Amino acid sequence: MQPEPILAVSGLRTVFHIAGGDVVAVRDLDLTVAAGETVALVGESGSGKSVTGLSVMGLLPRGIGRIAAGTLRLRRKSGEMVELQAIGGEALRRVRGNDIGMVFQEPLTSLNPVYTVGEQIAEPIRIHLGRSRREAWAQAVRLLEDVGIPDPARRAGQYPHELSGGMRQRATIAMALACDPALLIADEPTTALDVTIQAQILDLLARLQQERGMGMLFVTHNLGVVAEIADRVAVMYAGSIVETGSVTRVFAHPRHPYTKGLMRSVPRLGEATALKEAGTPLPTISGSVPSLVNLPPGCPFAPRCPYRIDACVSAYPPLADTGEGQLSRCIRWQEV
Amino acid sequence: MASDILLEVNGLTKHFPPVAFSRGPVVRAVEDVSFAIPRGQVVSLVGESGSGKTTVGRMVAHLIEPTAGSVRFDGVETTKLSRRELRRMHARVQYIFQDPFASLSPRMTIGEILTEGLDIQRVGTRAERQERAVAALTSVDLPPDAMARYAHEFSGGQRQRIGIARALALAPELIVADEPVSALDVSIQAQIVNLLRDLQVRLGLTMLFIAHDLAVVEYLADTVIVLYLGRVMEVAPSRQLYAAPRHPYTRALLSAVPSPDPTRRAARQLLKGDIPSPANPPSGCVFRTRCPFAVEPCAAGVPALREMAPGHFKACIRDDIDTA
Repeated sequence: MQPEPILAVSGLRTVFHIAGGDVVAVRDLDLTVAAGETVALVGESGSGKSVTGLSVMGLLPRGIGRIAAGTLRLRRKSGEMVELQAIGGEALRRVRGNDIGMVFQEPLTSLNPVYTVGEQIAEPIRIHLGRSRREAWAQAVRLLEDVGIPDPARRAGQYPHELSGGMRQRATIAMALACDPALLIADEPTTALDVTIQAQILDLLARLQQERGMGMLFVTHNLGVVAEIADRVAVMYAGSIVETGSVTRVFAHPRHPYTKGLMRSVPRLGEATALKEAGTPLPTISGSVPSLVNLPPGCPFAPRCPYRIDACVSAYPPLADTGEGQLSRCIRWQEV
Repeated sequence: MASDILLEVNGLTKHFPPVAFSRGPVVRAVEDVSFAIPRGQVVSLVGESGSGKTTVGRMVAHLIEPTAGSVRFDGVETTKLSRRELRRMHARVQYIFQDPFASLSPRMTIGEILTEGLDIQRVGTRAERQERAVAALTSVDLPPDAMARYAHEFSGGQRQRIGIARALALAPELIVADEPVSALDVSIQAQIVNLLRDLQVRLGLTMLFIAHDLAVVEYLADTVIVLYLGRVMEVAPSRQLYAAPRHPYTRALLSAVPSPDPTRRAARQLLKGDIPSPANPPSGCVFRTRCPFAVEPCAAGVPALREMAPGHFKACIRDDIDTA
């Protein structure tokens, strides 16, 4: 029998109340993350990838964003199943602290400038795992060593501003791992970093995930990063998953016109020279991402899609099974 | 035959004083950078944080003054110009900024944004200035009715087109484009790169293109200059740089770019450690503290930029790794 996934999201609909109206930021979203698996949510601005992550973490902006439908089931380390959308307050905080680790794009927003790095890593260990001050501190130093911070005992006593950007992101990863979570949610964790540092952090996250057998939900706009780190990928556009499947399959044979267009527009090292010398323009997707306030009828990608037919505009397409676990929200997937 | 050099930079250096009330050292943002751009060509400055690429761009566009070195534009030394002469120079060198949200005033119509430079330069009559602004809009594929609208009515990609139109309105000879696509979504990036290439070919523009992403640079650049901690590591014709990089830093930079091909999840050459602070750069070769090929002499002196093949220079003493 298949073990139950760490995270199972089903029929998620997240709504934002903005300027007197409701905007659907995430629509009919299904997603699972198993233990030891990395699932990437990839998309451009406004695709709903980050909102999906925030919905799972229960961090939607209060009074503005809410989960309007769907279930988010999490298997805790204890084996207990909880429905994240149904709990709140103290119960949710306990689950989040114990079972979900979070890493964000900007390490300075997760780190408190007036506490040392060690104190910030030790705090959840004391609160959620009930360790003594001394034990928690020793554990914090071990975690800093584990995320590759040289001279961890000294670094633990330093403040965030004394660390470089890459070191700060390592420290927030140590903080996210403090309670040995079952699920790690990483929202654009390398976007603010230089490319040589990004390579180090991706390497680190992949190693930690392997060693600890965590499930990882990795939110990014960068297809290169997806190819580098994920087992499965869900491509999002205007609030919906438009294609999902194993990374190898989706990258080799995209079955949605948006995925295909996106893959073609990613610059690949060493390939542009030939295009330039031939006087050929870079492949692009025409037009721009639609506003969620004013989505086109039917398939939201239809206005930019080279495969568009009349039927695309008349109804919102379902996710079609294209085989081997790959799904495409396109009625013409066989021709893509 | 002498090539027609539009911009020539020699020994360009910029040191920023320590922050007020601190006893910190000066920040050595740019050290001894030299290069030239022939008319009609695109030279790209590539580097990570602290490489000094933006500081070089600002000095070239006369937005800040160099600590030392010379910037010759069309044969004229521009580091010692009077204010009036500088203002005239600003019409000939235009800047495109990274952030299309921060660089356009929310209170001005697009028409006002596009004619502001022309007004300052006192170009033609009012009607002629309007005409030039509309022509600039059309050249970036925006409709003339955009003139009466405000920046917030446009998407990120459209705003960057407006930023480009603003630079073009003055018919500059040199454009300094500082990360013009890095704030944009992937599907929009390629549109803007195509537009810049099209304008560059059509109008014969000369361009200094600044970027952190080697993959974005390839399509536009004729020559690529790789910077690290304020110093030039490698200079090469674009084709050679991507096909046969010679400096260990360039190789590491190329290998660090994640490839959108999951079957090539290669064993990457990871650079160890962090980028040092430009306030306290290493002695000798500034890259040596992270270089997998560093040997003792690397600490002794700053390696000279040597020409290894026509137009292909590197600042590295390890010639024995060239075939690695």
